Amino acid sequence: MVWWRDQKFRAIALQLLAASAFIGLILWLTGNTAANLAKRGLTVGFDFLGRAARFPISESILSYSPTDHFWWAYTVGLGNTLFITVIVALTATVLGLMLAILRREDNPLAQGAGTTYVEFFRNTPLVVQLLFWYALVTVGLPSIDAPLNPLPGVYLTERGLYLPALSLNGLDMPVRAKFNFEGGLNLSPEFVAMYLGLSLYAAAFIGEIIRGGLEAVAKGQTEAALALGLAPKQALNLVLIPQALRIIIPPMTSQYINILKNSTLALVVGYPDISFVTATTINQTGQALEGIFILMLVFFTISIATSVAMNLYNARVALKVR
Amino acid sequence: MTGFVQTQSIDARTAPLAARRSLFRVLFGDVLSTVSTLVILFAVIALAPKLVSWGLLNGIWAGEGTQCTGAGACWAFLRAKYPFILFGIYPPGQYWRPIGLIVIFIGLTLYSLPPKNWKTSTLWAWVIGTVVALALMAGGVLGLEAVPTDSWGGLPVTLILTVLSLGLGFPLAIALALGRQSDLKTVKYICVAVIEGIRGLPLLSLLFIVSILLPLMLPDGLKIDKLLRALVAMTVFSAAYLAEVLRGGLQGLHNGQGEAADALSLSWWSKTRLIILPQAISKVIPPLTNTVVVMVKNTSLVLIVGLYDLLSAGRAALADPAWPAPFAETYGFIALIYFIICFSITRYTHWIERQNLFGVNR
Repeated sequence: MVWWRDQKFRAIALQLLAASAFIGLILWLTGNTAANLAKRGLTVGFDFLGRAARFPISESILSYSPTDHFWWAYTVGLGNTLFITVIVALTATVLGLMLAILRREDNPLAQGAGTTYVEFFRNTPLVVQLLFWYALVTVGLPSIDAPLNPLPGVYLTERGLYLPALSLNGLDMPVRAKFNFEGGLNLSPEFVAMYLGLSLYAAAFIGEIIRGGLEAVAKGQTEAALALGLAPKQALNLVLIPQALRIIIPPMTSQYINILKNSTLALVVGYPDISFVTATTINQTGQALEGIFILMLVFFTISIATSVAMNLYNARVALKVR
Repeated sequence: MTGFVQTQSIDARTAPLAARRSLFRVLFGDVLSTVSTLVILFAVIALAPKLVSWGLLNGIWAGEGTQCTGAGACWAFLRAKYPFILFGIYPPGQYWRPIGLIVIFIGLTLYSLPPKNWKTSTLWAWVIGTVVALALMAGGVLGLEAVPTDSWGGLPVTLILTVLSLGLGFPLAIALALGRQSDLKTVKYICVAVIEGIRGLPLLSLLFIVSILLPLMLPDGLKIDKLLRALVAMTVFSAAYLAEVLRGGLQGLHNGQGEAADALSLSWWSKTRLIILPQAISKVIPPLTNTVVVMVKNTSLVLIVGLYDLLSAGRAALADPAWPAPFAETYGFIALIYFIICFSITRYTHWIERQNLFGVNR
């Protein structure tokens, strides 16, 4: 046999070729970057993280002031991202479950409503929906002088929503002060738009995942359970749901990660999440490389951690094939 | 004891008819049903009159911005602005060119829908059609006035990004998917790293990377415009997602197929091209069309890097101070265009699934 027809030789040669092409491409890109940076007199480094950020973050669950350092601004942005992701995931799961139940109803009205909802929210871009909700809560709501007051203690204005808050000494109602409402819970228009938009969008997908999971369990399973004399509720809880969960969990994981990724669209409505902080930092310091590096690092870490956790859980509920 | 053997086959009996339920039983059969019926009816009764009076009775159908007082929908705004929303800042005298592009793309899509048209000539039609459509947009040939990409906008940009990112991403996706299945460990790990790296990032950060870092990463003096940069990000993104879909098809293929091809002493290249890929791709056509929907929706993200797609054009139209910014009508109009495109693809996917084209057992 000719030496270049040898399988082993080809395998090694091909791998060497692929590896050197890949490494070469990376070296070429980094070389160009270094040359361009040097030409523009830019320095690379994470020193800027220790400097004062000097830009405002309109709202956050961690305390922040513009004199804080850049690294803290990033942490605050990350805190907001995780916060909105978690509450959206919870809300969307509840809404999705309701949608799935609605679409499984033996009632054409309920089915129609569920189907319309799912088709509409799944077939339009999330950005359009977010911008719509944002416009609705800023332009669409009345000014603070004539707020919409659908329930006692609930005020809808173009500056945000004012709701009664639970505190140690009972309900804390928002009270009209000279310029604003005081007390109670104040949700900014940006937060409301993000929360509404992301939850309603994700609910459509989660609803379909749950419904698909329930339908994928063969009908015979439920029928057999009923034939064995189980009550409908027992058949649901003991036969249908455990089997459906196996099918539901993997797509659910990617849906939760999608919520996290979609939360970066906060940039469009101006909710200060991590992408907003990154964009502002790059604008202020010009440290584009470092800013994007941090953003990528954060997303890789969270995505990988989530999928590892979900894989572990999945391994526990998965069918044991022996 | 006398035995009995049935010698004649018994006719198949039709399934017993389910008793028809009365409308009342359907709508108010149990608690859940009653609650959902009541809630839906209440919502319709509460909202429908408001919608009708806002959209129809008090709607302003023609006129100037000052006539839209806020009592009803400002349809006049859409009437005045729809060319801008659809075509962006493209020179108004040349609107027939973006219209030509839209017609070419819609025509090609409609032609490619029936499975009997899935052949090599259709692929070439797409290549030629896309080149003609882009030449039509850009001009500078055959006496057409040149229009720089900075002036492109609206629906054509959305369509160009979708078609090109999928068209260029698909061959890349095939390479990545095959690489991921490869026995060569180095190739495999490079492909896994590329696919998972891209899928782990939100598209938004990918657009950031490409729009900010790409100019830094390329040799000095090599300028690429905004549209091309966004296209690079979208292509890489679609390639990673398509590769995962294709992997499903490759894994679903029976081992015997490849082994039989080896036994016939086909080369790796012929085996892949003639045996593996056609079967793997045809298995995953429904999820592939789903990826098309995802990419159509994702094009709307380019507003972040300052491109004038359908959504950005709509936003720019809303900023006109001569009008009272009728956002619901504008976003509704834009959402409707996206909905028509995406919903049609979804219906088509269902249709294809029902055809069960290749006798695949499910």
